[in-house]
Amino acid sequence: MFLKVKKKELIETSVKTSLGAFSLFVGLIFPVVTLCVLVFEALPALEKFGILKFLTGKTWDPVAEVFSALPAITGTLLITFIASIIALPVSVGIAVFISELSPRALKPVFTTAVELLGAIPSIIYGMWGLFVIAPLMAEYVEPFLQETFNSVPVIGKLFEGVPTGVDALTSSFVLSIMIIPFMSAIVKDSFEMTPTLLKEACYGLGATKWEVVKDVIIPYSLPGILGGTVLSVGRALGETMAVAFLTGNVHQIPTSLLEPLTTITVAIANEFTEADSDLYLSSLYYLALILFVLSFGLLMIARFLILERLGKKWKTNI
Amino acid sequence: MDSNSSPVKIETKNFNFFYGDFHALKDINLKVYENSITAIIGPSGCGKTTLLRSFNRMHDLYPGNRYEGEIILYPDGLNIVGKGADPIAIRMRIGMVFQKPNPFPKSIYENVAYGLKLKGIKKKSILDEKVEAALRSAALWEEVRDRLYESAYSLSGGQQQRLCIARAIAPEPEVLLFDEPTSALDPISTAKIEELVVELKKKLTIVIVTHNMQQAARVSDYTAFMYMGQLVEFGPTEKIFTKPTQQLTEDYITGRFG
Repeated sequence: MFLKVKKKELIETSVKTSLGAFSLFVGLIFPVVTLCVLVFEALPALEKFGILKFLTGKTWDPVAEVFSALPAITGTLLITFIASIIALPVSVGIAVFISELSPRALKPVFTTAVELLGAIPSIIYGMWGLFVIAPLMAEYVEPFLQETFNSVPVIGKLFEGVPTGVDALTSSFVLSIMIIPFMSAIVKDSFEMTPTLLKEACYGLGATKWEVVKDVIIPYSLPGILGGTVLSVGRALGETMAVAFLTGNVHQIPTSLLEPLTTITVAIANEFTEADSDLYLSSLYYLALILFVLSFGLLMIARFLILERLGKKWKTNI
Repeated sequence: MDSNSSPVKIETKNFNFFYGDFHALKDINLKVYENSITAIIGPSGCGKTTLLRSFNRMHDLYPGNRYEGEIILYPDGLNIVGKGADPIAIRMRIGMVFQKPNPFPKSIYENVAYGLKLKGIKKKSILDEKVEAALRSAALWEEVRDRLYESAYSLSGGQQQRLCIARAIAPEPEVLLFDEPTSALDPISTAKIEELVVELKKKLTIVIVTHNMQQAARVSDYTAFMYMGQLVEFGPTEKIFTKPTQQLTEDYITGRFG
């Protein structure tokens, strides 16, 4: 009897300890070690270019061994930003449709369809972007945009240049399609958290379905939508790799959406094997470190936004 | 209590309701009189809330539900569950207050103004006036007049429920449905709501579902006792509680089951 209890305790403690150690490793030690490696490898570049100079400089010249990150950072943020702007309304639309408008029997069908879209490996989106979307953009969409906005003061500038299809606009578009499944799933989940009693209160006053969506469901889910957006943006930051074919990988700050650019991930992937000098390699590590900090920061913001949802401000008694 | 003293506001005629295959309400024939309070009582699962939610077509929100028979709304004789009836128009004429306070995550003012805005009222001066009138009728004006633009969630539970009543009466419905409105409230808040319900019947017709028999006895003019989806007995409250004609009613009233 006594032995049995002892044995149980032993099993319990060992399971606890091993799971604890495992979680500690994955959750804490792993990211910290990664961060350390990045910092260590980036040290030569960090010493040579400093922080401010690297972050604000525009030159990326492997021959002269002068490196700086502003074009890659701008490129990353730019296409992520445009992709999110395209993806947000589409995702909210999909979420409204699936959770409120679609016939009940078809709901699982649509949900699975969107999830499948998310299951497509991102490199396939990249190939599809290069072989299907880029030619279409170059042939039809971009000339059309140029003609339409030609005489509009500020917006016209955004579409200047030769429409090649391999540029910021196409990259953003393909990236937006990649994050839509992820974003719409989060938005849909926050929609479905809206208490039934709140929706019924609105219907009970004679509201239409659309009025309930607009006045109750969307305002109630706003923190979830914001959090979902930031999480998706964080994901998009990393996924810019998949649009490697579409950016053109040119270290310049684009002045128009039709110019090629580069992103942090694309630069790293394309140049890692060619980095023949220590400083070159170290600069790429430096870029990686910046991406790490950016993604980490965004994730923290997302957590904060979602946690706030559970916080006092949105607490209801329903 | 003379049952012919006021005209009929709602009349159900052989009304049946189905949740999918489940026959939840069976041949209900009930009259709700104008400017009176009709209480629907009965044990859990007897169909009282189901009946109440048929009056404003709340069941339409969920698939698989089916109405049979008629629910006539007077004076125009509209069949609420008829094919041509528009549930949205009906819900504007028949308001509802729920089991738990459920204000919108908006300001106190916006909560009360919401139903008015749905009706298309946009003018600020009219909205102000009607919001104040509704809050006064809900006996809440004095408590919130200085904090109309604060979140509705800053109010206490009892105040929130009165806010929901104000929200429901602001668009001036003809009938107000109460679905166990005090089940989540403390005794003092409950007393205030009951007082309010009695006050409100001067302006509109009230149907209240309650678990609490004392509440039914205290506030209502008519009482309907339901059991297993059927209307067992209906009559003036006084009579139901003192001289019920059915054994089942008497057993329930005296607390022998339920």
